[in-house]
Amino acid sequence: MKNNKAVKLLSAPYIVWAAAFIIIPLLMVFYYGLTNRDGQFTFANVLAIQQTEHFKSLYLALILALISTVICILLAYPLAMILSSLKGKNEHLVVFIFILPMWMNFLLRTMAWQTLLENDGVINTVLQFLHMPKMHIINTPSAIVFGMVYNFLPFMVLPLYNVLNKIDINVINAARDLGANPFQTFIRITLPLSVPGIISGITMVFVPSLTTFVVSEMLGGSKILLIGNVIEQEFTQNSNWNLGSGLSIVLMLFIIISMIMSAIFDKNGEGNTL
Amino acid sequence: MISKILKRVYIALIFVFLYAPMFTLIVLSFNQSKSRAKWGGFTFKWYLALFSDRVVIQALINTLLIALISALVACVIGTITCLAMNRMGNVSKSILTGVTNIPMLNAEIVTGISLMLLFLFFKAKFGFVTILLSHITFNIPYVILSVMPRIRKMNPSNYEAALDLGAGPLYAFFKVVLPDIWPGVLSGFLMAFTMSLDDFIITHFTKGPGVDTLSTKIYAQVKKGINPEMYALSTLIFISVLILLILINRMPSGDKEKEK
Repeated sequence: MKNNKAVKLLSAPYIVWAAAFIIIPLLMVFYYGLTNRDGQFTFANVLAIQQTEHFKSLYLALILALISTVICILLAYPLAMILSSLKGKNEHLVVFIFILPMWMNFLLRTMAWQTLLENDGVINTVLQFLHMPKMHIINTPSAIVFGMVYNFLPFMVLPLYNVLNKIDINVINAARDLGANPFQTFIRITLPLSVPGIISGITMVFVPSLTTFVVSEMLGGSKILLIGNVIEQEFTQNSNWNLGSGLSIVLMLFIIISMIMSAIFDKNGEGNTL
Repeated sequence: MISKILKRVYIALIFVFLYAPMFTLIVLSFNQSKSRAKWGGFTFKWYLALFSDRVVIQALINTLLIALISALVACVIGTITCLAMNRMGNVSKSILTGVTNIPMLNAEIVTGISLMLLFLFFKAKFGFVTILLSHITFNIPYVILSVMPRIRKMNPSNYEAALDLGAGPLYAFFKVVLPDIWPGVLSGFLMAFTMSLDDFIITHFTKGPGVDTLSTKIYAQVKKGINPEMYALSTLIFISVLILLILINRMPSGDKEKEK
């Protein structure tokens, strides 16, 4: 019993750390967001989201993040199914394939897409060679979606792969034996069993897409502003921490909604990446 | 048969999508011309320039040091926290798990600005230390996430048996518990190291003038045009990691056998 207490004490360093570097900083965002420069309480910074340019940037970010998330599910689901059908043999390899790109800098990877997507870029040169029409994609919202899907696709594939890999093959065989066709088996068995992975994938793609400022800055030219860009500029260029924090509070509302969703659907943490 | 071919084609397409930028960067690192748009002939000059560029080397050292130290510290704190969490009551355990989830689920930009506000408030000097503290903060959850399942699977009787047989708690931990959870600690370390290495957003908000990691250095160059040395450097990093991974996979490791 005494020993039990001593072991529990081992969590003390992390509790202190989490209080100092997770909880207090978050409270500070709320403090700055709900006060003005003189330290007086106000809702002005939060309500600033109603201003046309702020609202537009939030709206566009929501739309683009939504589109990217849907595309990621559509791309990742078949991929995860194929990968999980390989069962066991290549498990380590699969994870490596998706982790490996992270060793080449995130900014450089995104920038490489600039080179590929440009009007005179690699892809258009190839298209021209094949006598196909050119794509004008760089500096448009489509390019931003492209970048989001590219950067965050692994976050959708890994949780899906994890849940699909855990499905007992006997359950699927039983469904087939009882007369379900492959389509029915998928709809009634595989899909419901993979819901935790889908939800976890959605939060892991939606949140970074909604809040990114790098992808939009690099692939969208500097004209398309997402909410992330607005907040970043308030902090680094305008030094208006109160407004930046206020807008972050609005942003956090959306993050909290997706966190609650994932908590409801994924109680056992089955969709966890690791 | 057809479905098998279709599967292969699909995997290949995704693979091309994921690795096209990598390939582009490797090609650009040998490009004589400084412009990204045209091919000016094959050269090694960026690789040679890289090794004599003190600023880039310093940024590389900063990046690696921060990744290494933050992953190590996160591993120690994360592992002992998992040991404690395993003995906790349900309520305190879920509270701690909830707090741990915050940096993982919260937007990086919010984590970044919240830490920036903290350091501003306490008038900390922005630089190496502030970046390091921030990286440890977002790395601990990755370690906890990968160590926790291992600890849950562990048989507590082993540890108690060691104590009964006269081992001290520390000795029992290193001889019995740690070997059991080692794969989890290791994958937590690798995950943390990778995350730290690839991070830009949180570093962007917590760095000070004069201290740069590779990410922030590259970001500063984006608008002016990126120095091709960066392509050369990332090619070198990529190739060395690739070789390392292939070696690890090829090794007839005893670890895999044990897992089965």
